[in-house]
Amino acid sequence: MIAPDQVTLGVTVGGLTLRNPVMPASGTFAEGLEKVIDFHRLGAMVTKTVTRELRHGNPLPRVVERPGGLINAIGIPSKGVEHFIDQTLPLYAGYDTPLVVSISAPTAEGFASLAAQLSIPGVAAIEANISCPNIEEDGKAFAMRASTTEAVTRALRAATSLPLWVKLTPNTGDMPDVARAAEAAGADAVVVANTILSMAIDLKTFKPCLGNVMGGLSGPAIKPIILRHVFQCARVLDIPIIGCGGIATASDAVEYLLAGAAAVQVGTATFLQPAAMTTIIDGLATFCAQRDIARVSDLVGGIIIEEADEPDISWFGPQS
Amino acid sequence: MCEPSTVTPPDARSVHGRGFADAWRATVVAELAEVLENRAVNVEYRHLVVACSAAAAAALPGQFFELLCPPPPTGEAPFLRRPMSLYGADPRLGRVEFLYKVTGAGTRGLETLVPGDRLDIMGPLGVGFHLDPGWRSIVVIGRGAGLATLTPLAQAAHRGGIALAAILSARHPSLVVSQERFAAFGAEVMAVTDAQSTSGPANVERILRQLIAGGRSDALFLCGSSRLLKVAQRLAAEFGLPGQVALEQQMACGIGLCHCCVRDFCVAGRIVSRRVCWDGPVFDLKEALP
Repeated sequence: MIAPDQVTLGVTVGGLTLRNPVMPASGTFAEGLEKVIDFHRLGAMVTKTVTRELRHGNPLPRVVERPGGLINAIGIPSKGVEHFIDQTLPLYAGYDTPLVVSISAPTAEGFASLAAQLSIPGVAAIEANISCPNIEEDGKAFAMRASTTEAVTRALRAATSLPLWVKLTPNTGDMPDVARAAEAAGADAVVVANTILSMAIDLKTFKPCLGNVMGGLSGPAIKPIILRHVFQCARVLDIPIIGCGGIATASDAVEYLLAGAAAVQVGTATFLQPAAMTTIIDGLATFCAQRDIARVSDLVGGIIIEEADEPDISWFGPQS
Repeated sequence: MCEPSTVTPPDARSVHGRGFADAWRATVVAELAEVLENRAVNVEYRHLVVACSAAAAAALPGQFFELLCPPPPTGEAPFLRRPMSLYGADPRLGRVEFLYKVTGAGTRGLETLVPGDRLDIMGPLGVGFHLDPGWRSIVVIGRGAGLATLTPLAQAAHRGGIALAAILSARHPSLVVSQERFAAFGAEVMAVTDAQSTSGPANVERILRQLIAGGRSDALFLCGSSRLLKVAQRLAAEFGLPGQVALEQQMACGIGLCHCCVRDFCVAGRIVSRRVCWDGPVFDLKEALP
């Protein structure tokens, strides 16, 4: 039996060594959270998505709650990359926690030039948000298809020597194929996944609940779906997976690690319990200690499937 | 200079330099407060008092809390926290108070709380009112639930020796909440209501002009009505008066992360987007767009 403080929490993920596998999901982290949790305790810090140009974001309302989750269409408001480098980046310079910068652009070339411009001291890795369902018309994104994923990842890979994480969308019909395309084009890790495209209608007004009509569902409601995506991707990838979808507790994080994620991102849970991430870090140590597991990385891919129980899921896939 | 994302808590850079990890302490906490009282004050509003930590009870006028509301018996499941402005805080007793109207799933859940229950409160949050010690007398103008938000300000003004006139607007005289508290804080209370046809902008403007002419308005404070905000902005501009307004907006995180509660402001002639939860909820009267 080992004590929680003897459990090794450190993990290596997509070119970065992290003190533990817990980090925020992009768009749910900013300097305000520093009033609630100590950023020195996090595995990594992940910024809100930065774009080259100034973006105002979507019309209000930008969020609507549904049982077990939240639909958002914030629309990536961004003050632009120059503002980010001059004003935001220095705020995080005092931490020895790696800063992962999330970026987005309307073209592969745009992604590449943004990644190049942000390959500067203070930035530990680039997370390419090629999956945000709001930024392209009708919810389309690069990560919907393997071919566009491969093209944008290749352009990014040529533009930066920083660790490159590619954030995928669950709105594609064939996530493993898209993930393989990102790996083949040089991604160091994939983040699985962004929100699920969805909508809600107000029965008083007959209008959509969101100013943008459609948005992305997050929160505990989507955890079983994204967990399945992580499991499927883990079976076809050699690069690490960062699991992201509805994680609110250490138990949720353990499930993701067992399914094959090397690290996890916590997003919507922070809106409800702003100290969720540090609670999950402590809970991972406690879980491992109770199960006599020396390293949290020993959990990664630890799901046990007996040969005879191997599920036939081929008939779920449109390509198979 | 007023760009929202450059706003940083004052201690962020000084305390959090490399090597100062041990100096970190939370200034906002989510805690399980104990319900002491939760009862109707009129047909629409309820008064909630909870026992809480010293940090929470140190809340300042204009600040707010994010409440994790219990599910109501209707079967609804409020998912997000609900922002609720401070109605009263007593650091000595370790208490905060809220005044709320039952309007949705969250407040229907709050309504079910009885003394002894636990309620998850997070705060204090946001930037509250600022009182200039040079002011001799101020005017507060509120409507509906906005009266609750202005009550702690009245108390602070009273303690600071600042005279107070309070124009309290509601649909009906029975719904003018907190009148007694304003009076107890030495305010001259003027209730205006729809039922008595006294709450219209023209009448409020007439009252305001009298107060300004009488030298009783070194500053104007607003909450709860965009119609009255426009009147106050016009008069503040005409007479060169400073002022502040507490604004409401739908929120998710309450700590500036999600950018769901943004509003537009007019700053030096250009439109600037700000987060109500983080840059406010109290803003300069001149810059707010009704």
